Amino acid sequence: MKEGTTHVESLDPQHELQVADPSGLEIPYEPTSTARKMTLNMGPQHPSTHGVLRVVLELDGETILTARPEIGFLHTGIEKQFEVKKYQQGTPLTDRVDYLSNLGNNLCYALAVERLLQLEIPPMAQWMRVLLCELSRVSSHLTWLGTHALDLGAMSVYFYCFREREEILKIFEMFSGQRMMTSYIRIGGLALEPPRGWQKVVGNAIGRLAKGVEEYHNLLSGNPIFMDRTKGVGGLPVEVLLDLGVTGPLVRAAGIKTDARKDQPYSSYEKFDFEVPTRTENDVYARYEVRMEEMRQSLRIVKQALDGMPAGAWQADAPHVLLPDREKMKTQMESLIYHFKIVTEGFRVPEGSVYQIVESPRGELGYYVVSDGTAKPHRVFMRTPSFGNLQALGALLEGVPIADSIAIMGSMDFVLGDVDR
Amino acid sequence: MLPEVAAQNPTAVELEKAVPGALVDFKTDVDGPVLYVAAASIIAVGKHLRDKAGFERLSAVTAVDWWPREPRFEVTYFLHSIEKNTRLRVIVRAKEADSIESVSRIWRSANWYEREVFDLFGVQFFNHPNLERIMMPADWEGYPLRKDYPIHGHKYSYQDE
Repeated sequence: MKEGTTHVESLDPQHELQVADPSGLEIPYEPTSTARKMTLNMGPQHPSTHGVLRVVLELDGETILTARPEIGFLHTGIEKQFEVKKYQQGTPLTDRVDYLSNLGNNLCYALAVERLLQLEIPPMAQWMRVLLCELSRVSSHLTWLGTHALDLGAMSVYFYCFREREEILKIFEMFSGQRMMTSYIRIGGLALEPPRGWQKVVGNAIGRLAKGVEEYHNLLSGNPIFMDRTKGVGGLPVEVLLDLGVTGPLVRAAGIKTDARKDQPYSSYEKFDFEVPTRTENDVYARYEVRMEEMRQSLRIVKQALDGMPAGAWQADAPHVLLPDREKMKTQMESLIYHFKIVTEGFRVPEGSVYQIVESPRGELGYYVVSDGTAKPHRVFMRTPSFGNLQALGALLEGVPIADSIAIMGSMDFVLGDVDR
Repeated sequence: MLPEVAAQNPTAVELEKAVPGALVDFKTDVDGPVLYVAAASIIAVGKHLRDKAGFERLSAVTAVDWWPREPRFEVTYFLHSIEKNTRLRVIVRAKEADSIESVSRIWRSANWYEREVFDLFGVQFFNHPNLERIMMPADWEGYPLRKDYPIHGHKYSYQDE
């Protein structure tokens, strides 16, 4: 059998499936071999792509020869919108980038601007930020676990995960009034004073979540179907992963111990005791194990933050940046002036630029904020983890059976809002 | 000529020794050193930083438009060394007509980021494996993140009517 021939020799290569594509993105048809290759469009409306991602697959039977991700379907120009908004108006935009870990995005933007402003954040606000970010990490991982297990055929895990995620969303609602687009972490502190009785609610939720994580572990970790679909699937040499810009649980599952919370601690993460889980197997199952362990570690951090929450102010002492207390605004002239100036003009940020990183559930999240000394940012660039990770998709899918592509894509845990911005 | 402030930074000093004349400016920002590099020597600089200075990761590439100032673009490379736990920014200044050599053969992660810069700013990269639009539709006109591009787009502008 000469090279390139397959089981369907009788078919004329001219009968190649050709899809008329007005966008001009179609791979040009090249009759290079007599093999019957098929081009398959996965997405943009495919349930396993978790959003609007289009992957152009070239198949030889069941095997993927090349995979080419096409992105941009969710591009909303958020970076452009930043440039016409005042600094404080940027916070709600950050929620909508990575909509599964919105508090991490809020935090990263707030930290970047605070570094330019050289604001000192009181310990209570810093600890509360840590607590909420870790809860949001758990909530993001629960969404990932549920949908990943659903893709691989385990239906009930999905319901259990969303049951527990609801607890976290209720906490967010209690704090900010919103379940998902919280905008709770603002420049200079928090948006509102933490609600009365939050300690009890968070304390109860930790117990339920910890029990939940063990329940999913019992359901999946030893499950022969789950292990068959995930073990030894979706590996690439770790140097290639780093070269392609992959971060987060994907490289930690390949044995690289890198975590922004340990490497460049922010918001007093250095005061918390937690481990960065790593595995060396470098497959889909290792990524599952890493994320499961991360959830346990996050709950440990939440517990520590709950027990040791310092008392004090929840906002920085910076009247030129933060809106004054409502009562003071009505009774004191200075507060009224500040209020008027912040609302009408905004606050000026000193010239300079800063690249602030945060460990998002998906990897390295970075905000590059360039200020030209006015009340609006000159440029805000978001280095989103999903964009960096998705770049490796083509390399990861090369040469694997098409059924494994579902497991691999699920294990990457990308959010398309985070990719396209 | 090495700027005086750069003399304290070992990375800058080594870079000047390895690639003479590449460093055109230097500043220390809130979060660390920023190297300004001549566009012609970006490949030599990249190779030196990856192999000798240990920056094995290119975290991202982006651009900042300073229109109407010339040269208007500052193409920014975010480097990261996991082993040394350091980060570095390298900036190349570019005019609108300039074309910068792609660093995607040094760090493969540059591929999509340079496409994004090309798509949204219109900065040209040569020797790039696939310089096409990535976010905007293939037939889009104009470069949305430029400062002279209106927020509502050219096509839907109603100001002239």
